[in-house]
Amino acid sequence: MMDVYIKGLGNISPQNTADNSQFLDKIVEYDQNNLQVIHPVYKDHISPIKLRRMSRMIKMGIAASSICLDDAGITNPGAIITGTGFGCTGDTEKFLYAMVENDEQYLTPTAFMQSTHNTISGQIAIMLGCKSYNSTYVNRGSCFEAAFQDAMMLINEGEANDALIGGFDECTDKHYIITSRLGYWKDRDIKNTDLYTAGSSGSISGEGASFFAISKDGGSNSYAKIKAVNHFYKPDGFEEVERRIQSFLEANGHNPDSVDLVVNGLNGDEEGDLVYHHLMKGALKSSTHTCYKHLCGEYDVASAFGLWLACKILKTQTVPESVRVGNAPAGQINTVLVYNHFKSSYHGLFLLESC
Amino acid sequence: MSTKVLVTGLGVISSIGKNVQDTLKSIRELKSGVGQIDLLITRHRGDLPVGEIKQTDEELKETAGVSSLKALTRPTVLGMLAAREAVEDAGLIGDTEGTGFISANTVGGMGHTEQYCLDYINKEKEGDFLEYLGTHNCGDSTERIADYLNIKDYVTTINTACSSSANAIMLGARLIKNGIVKRVVAGGTDSLTRFTLNGFNTLMILAKEQCRPFDENRMGLNLGEGAGFIVLEAEEAANERGARVYSELKGYANTCDAYHQTASSPEGYGAASAMKKAIEHAGLKVEDIDYVNLHGTATQMNDLSEGNAIQNVFGDKVPDVSSTKGFTGHTLGAAGGIEAVFSNLSISENILFPNLNFTDQMNELNFSPLKVIKENAEVINVLSNSFGFGGNNTALLFSKV
Repeated sequence: MMDVYIKGLGNISPQNTADNSQFLDKIVEYDQNNLQVIHPVYKDHISPIKLRRMSRMIKMGIAASSICLDDAGITNPGAIITGTGFGCTGDTEKFLYAMVENDEQYLTPTAFMQSTHNTISGQIAIMLGCKSYNSTYVNRGSCFEAAFQDAMMLINEGEANDALIGGFDECTDKHYIITSRLGYWKDRDIKNTDLYTAGSSGSISGEGASFFAISKDGGSNSYAKIKAVNHFYKPDGFEEVERRIQSFLEANGHNPDSVDLVVNGLNGDEEGDLVYHHLMKGALKSSTHTCYKHLCGEYDVASAFGLWLACKILKTQTVPESVRVGNAPAGQINTVLVYNHFKSSYHGLFLLESC
Repeated sequence: MSTKVLVTGLGVISSIGKNVQDTLKSIRELKSGVGQIDLLITRHRGDLPVGEIKQTDEELKETAGVSSLKALTRPTVLGMLAAREAVEDAGLIGDTEGTGFISANTVGGMGHTEQYCLDYINKEKEGDFLEYLGTHNCGDSTERIADYLNIKDYVTTINTACSSSANAIMLGARLIKNGIVKRVVAGGTDSLTRFTLNGFNTLMILAKEQCRPFDENRMGLNLGEGAGFIVLEAEEAANERGARVYSELKGYANTCDAYHQTASSPEGYGAASAMKKAIEHAGLKVEDIDYVNLHGTATQMNDLSEGNAIQNVFGDKVPDVSSTKGFTGHTLGAAGGIEAVFSNLSISENILFPNLNFTDQMNELNFSPLKVIKENAEVINVLSNSFGFGGNNTALLFSKV
């Protein structure tokens, strides 16, 4: 794989991340388990006429993609690829419940048209007039990794010079009820900043739209060099996770000791977090460790927030206290590993280097 | 990057057959699967014809040998049947080391969601419905099918609306060429749901009669359901085990119309560029194409756009073309997979499929689709088109080896 650079970020999340000039300067605290995004001023990014017709999820996705492309100085990317667990959940619910409650009568097409998972990648293409490769991954906790890997392959194949990649999901009231009934979240409300000390099962719910612009051309304004992306499914215990991480690093000229910093997907779920602790005490013990899900919550593409964090750390060479697990880094941060798993089934890895 | 990607297994289920042999038989007998709704509970019964598989979920589960498993949705079981047939056909049952599974669908477990959503959000309500609570995600069926086939090395799901499973197949080929896996089972699965039936109905593009793709008097599409998967294999891996080869997946392309969320551009820019790029990618010329399996949904817009794109690509030398939607209805996320199976059968059986229900050529076009079945045809290169909402256009090019 050839080297690829991350040139732009656009991150709308439950923290003040939409403004690229800031870096978690002030953490937003929540005292209930359903973290929702802080909306930017949308009219700064989307024309008012278009804005009126957009649902909440579409606004989030379009604005995040626009912030990202502006940041990268890319106007027409060589590919648009998104990853999402549930697509435009609000639009899907709108059509679904109208249909169920009115016995399939009096329906209008707008919500249906906007309900498809590829609505946002399609809308971005229409807005940019981008006729290149366009795809959307929808496979639970690894869909963002799959989207990113696809973009990396396209550049490697010479099919594109640059690409826009995004992960997005929204948590509606109904979605929160359903995921609560599935046992995803903690029984009692906690403060998000207490996520890792609550000592119980489940996490806190989150949402967000995080976009990345990548290019085969580097340059001083890049956030990071992205060496590789991988994901794997239902590993056979911690040993296989460790083996997969080891071979992922080795395949890209690294080893556990050369990783300066790890962005962990810890989410406060006692059992699910064991594998991160296993690695932190074992194979990855010499690295500085960070975590982020107390800031954005857990959702299918939460690892996109993790990748955003890795990019900001590499570019600014600072590790905000709010994301540290243990000690601050001793020196320069050159190599970062982002590792996340979703419900122990879907595991994702990103390897980044400073530019 | 120079590895050839070969097709070594086929599996399909739709309203015209529960496996490849059944399907071929129906095609040879010109038997359409489109008819009245018998199983889907909807107020549109008797009104909107569909390509429905006339077996209940329980019957399908029994055929797949999974009656004891919980929380299986209809697309999951359809996908199990088609994907297992493909893996069996390739002679790979039990040999899934280094294999990936890439599926596609458009609405995940919507069939159960629309049945139980009011219960899901009623926190007080308990019952058997709760087993389906986690099945809505599009990745759910993929996960269950991958587990059923014991595939672990690469698992993902694509949803680009009606081009989803063509993109799954294209991704499969690219993963093999990039050396990430040596084999991939790729395709898609979707079942009929009230959600899609009503959704397409609000767009006023559903026909109240059998669909008539590329006909001047076409009245819209018929929805269908099913699953179609193919086994893709790196040439070296296939040769090493002496696999039977259906074709080489020689070319592919994914482009975007960037025109409208649910309509294709009348001149068919994206469709034409997908076909041209796929032909170019294969290192072929347009005159090398023997047959195009059209997307051909029979909506006003699709057939005009795709027809103009065909003329744009082939000029006045349009090869044999037909849409098989008259047999199966439009199976959405499964369509690209099912039609990839058809395209491979075209090559292996030397058969060209008729475009059912066609009588009058479209005024805007200089060509007609095939009206009759062609046996003993010399079929070397087949293009398969899949176009979707969001302007997603994908073309796959299969070539005789």
